[in-house]
Amino acid sequence: MSVSDVPGITTPIAKTATSRLSRPVNRPAAWITVIAIAASLAALLPLGFVIFVALQNGWDTIVAMVVRPRVGELLVNTVLLVAFTVPLCIILGVALAWLTERTNLPGRRFWSLLCAAPLAVPAFVHSYAWVSLVPSIHGLFAGVLVSLIAYFPFLYLPAAAALRRLDPAMEDVAASLGETPRRIFMRVILPQLRLPIWGGALLVGLHLLAEYGLYAMIRFDTFTTAIFDQFQSTFNGPAANMLAGVLVLCCLLLLITEAGTRGRARYARLGAGSEALPRIHHLNLGFCIMALVLCALTAALALGVPFVTLGRWLIAGGSEVWNMAELVPALWQTLLYAVIGALITTAAAIPMAWLSVRRPGRFIRLLEGCNYVTSALPGIVVALALVTITVRIAHPLYQTVFTVLLAYLLMFLPRALIGLRASIAQAPAELEDVARSLGRTPSRAIWGITLRLAAPGAAAGAALVFLAITNELTATLLLAPNGTRTLATGFWARSSEIDYAGAAPYALIMVLLSLPLTWLLYRQSQRMAGR
Amino acid sequence: MSTLDIRNVHKSYGAVAAAIGIDLSVQAGSRTAIVGPSGCGKTTLLRLIAGFEVPDSGAITFNGRTLADETTLVPAHERVIGFLPQNGALFPHLTVAGNIGFGLAKDLSDRAQRIAALIDLVALEQSMLTRWPHELSGGQQQRVALARALAQQPKLMLLDEPFSALDTGLRAATRKAVADVLSKAGVTTILVTHDQEEALSFADQVAVMRDGRLIQVGDPVELYLRPRDEATAIFLGEAIILPALVAAGYADCALGRVIVDDQAISGKRQIVLRPEQLHVTPVRPFELCEDDCHGHVTEIDFVGYACHLGIKLAGDKSQVNGTPPLLMVRHPNDQVPPIGSMVRIDVTKPAHVLDAD
Repeated sequence: MSVSDVPGITTPIAKTATSRLSRPVNRPAAWITVIAIAASLAALLPLGFVIFVALQNGWDTIVAMVVRPRVGELLVNTVLLVAFTVPLCIILGVALAWLTERTNLPGRRFWSLLCAAPLAVPAFVHSYAWVSLVPSIHGLFAGVLVSLIAYFPFLYLPAAAALRRLDPAMEDVAASLGETPRRIFMRVILPQLRLPIWGGALLVGLHLLAEYGLYAMIRFDTFTTAIFDQFQSTFNGPAANMLAGVLVLCCLLLLITEAGTRGRARYARLGAGSEALPRIHHLNLGFCIMALVLCALTAALALGVPFVTLGRWLIAGGSEVWNMAELVPALWQTLLYAVIGALITTAAAIPMAWLSVRRPGRFIRLLEGCNYVTSALPGIVVALALVTITVRIAHPLYQTVFTVLLAYLLMFLPRALIGLRASIAQAPAELEDVARSLGRTPSRAIWGITLRLAAPGAAAGAALVFLAITNELTATLLLAPNGTRTLATGFWARSSEIDYAGAAPYALIMVLLSLPLTWLLYRQSQRMAGR
Repeated sequence: MSTLDIRNVHKSYGAVAAAIGIDLSVQAGSRTAIVGPSGCGKTTLLRLIAGFEVPDSGAITFNGRTLADETTLVPAHERVIGFLPQNGALFPHLTVAGNIGFGLAKDLSDRAQRIAALIDLVALEQSMLTRWPHELSGGQQQRVALARALAQQPKLMLLDEPFSALDTGLRAATRKAVADVLSKAGVTTILVTHDQEEALSFADQVAVMRDGRLIQVGDPVELYLRPRDEATAIFLGEAIILPALVAAGYADCALGRVIVDDQAISGKRQIVLRPEQLHVTPVRPFELCEDDCHGHVTEIDFVGYACHLGIKLAGDKSQVNGTPPLLMVRHPNDQVPPIGSMVRIDVTKPAHVLDAD
């Protein structure tokens, strides 16, 4: 008698296979998965557009349009811009983070706030300030300078947060092993900053590739400005689409490089954080003065220049520049786009966020990845894709509010996703179970409990999307219905006509709208570090 | 009358089988504990009963109503089965009153009175109703969670290790309080735990689970004294497992000849003794008798309420196993025999013979 003959020892696997077909399922809210898949498929539109254009034109056309001196020139410009700006941002961001977090620099709380503040000024307003201050400024040097000033907070904020979170015990151990402070910084602190530095560097790199307004204003040609010019002269021509394809390749290259060099190690001790306060280094007088000069110089360039310029134009323009008949509709239009866009984007992110927390798996990770890749693509590519698709397939949607909002959704979904995901993860799954055992349907349990608890995270995510839409220029210029004017496009129209005084009120309102949210971002990065 | 019936239930996650051929009956108004090491599938079984998971095959019926089988599935929110998770899982955005009233209809006329009665039932102050969950201690949170689960007057209550997060002292007290409340309300209860002591003290019926299977089901005393196999014996408490030659109601083992609880068994088997069945008496060499089992004290381990004596037997009387084993025996704190002294070991009550492999 073999084992399989014994009654009771039957293989359960065979049983489940036969009975599964007729079995009722308890899959909570299948519509959640459907929406998540739909959002992710929509996110693939821009990438699909680039591939479609490439296939449609064929290899010979691609070679003819891509392999030419103009593209080479743009490529050199873009590579040089990234190669200079990113390392400079890293050095400046980490140096300021270390000074404000780990030394006894006088007024370090104040300086730390000033280091985050440039984020409230849209990049193209930075460049407007410089152009009207030094009209002759242009080219690579100007591009690197203004980019550095506009984007270094992307490195400062994560580096400062990581420095605050580092376990001081590690530095103590290194010191007890006979290391000098300088060598401790190089061998213990800096390696642990690798993840935030890499993350920040990627963000800066993607912004450099995507930004239009900043470089157009100082007449520095990158792929994005070239695509825009091409689009304006030939509308939906293959030349612009080809350039967009090259730009997408550049972005993907950045993403792959970052992913490949980031490493897998988890350096910083994560979690609740330690009770011990980080060590504070005492600067000697000479070093202290140098540090103060660096901070003051940064603040002067990053905040002083925009505010002084704005103030000068506003005073020079007097009350005439406050053309309420234009400003009020622009403000209203911007608020409308930003509020509706933030609400739609956050709502669309909910299913994805819930699935990625509650049903993690390879498929869900893939869906989530789709959203991140698209948000890494420049707004101009998303806009071109939507222009092409609406013109060819759904013409009634061309230049409608719907298309603009769709572009915002595709570009900014991950901003809502990150905050939502973190806060859903903090709402324990048992709460949903308990609610169901007390008579709530699965969808009511998710809505009434998990989303109720995730509301702060959702609000923070929505605020980030709001901020992004308020300052969005490129996609809005390409996609907005005729006659629609937001603050950004209004500002752009004025400053393109060299009406710098007329542009100033638009810039001021954008900065004022951004300030509270920048403050929120600053507070959040402090709280994440456990303060 | 049996109220909950689980028949041949299977559940697997991909290649991992979490429940294999589970059969279990729970009597109305009784308390059952499902006990097993972590990862044995006991929480899955509880979630299958609650309706959070769907069985791959098999049937679950409650009071004659089919909850899940090949064709039917009653969703969790229609089962009216109370659920008390590990940490209480109070809704942090609701007050105590809001939590307790969560399962009560909003337009109920006597809602406030019911909530007040429920908080009385779990022996908490009325003034607590306006407090927030984070203002309560762990034990208080568990009581509120219990009141919340009782609000919809379930006939069946599922407890998922609800006491494991509490301090040792609070734990026993909360366990007792919960058991009392549930008995008074006449609610059939299933407790899942990895703590064998908790299972034995809480339940009328204990089910031991391992690797997705129910190994043995029975009343606590039965299970403790007559475990089916070695792993169950060790899991339910300290055990001395000895190889023995069994015949005619006796076993010959390292401790000499001991009575066993089953006269019908014979052959080479393993027997199990609980430490409290062994009694140690100091003896002087000339008092020794040939038939007695004796040995030397080799170590004394003081643990507070008692001490543990390590005893090296003088010789193996059974001839089953060549080397004399080292025994750990519990001994009262007074009159502890010193290290190196000779002791006699007596066995009270019959030993239990484990099933043959």
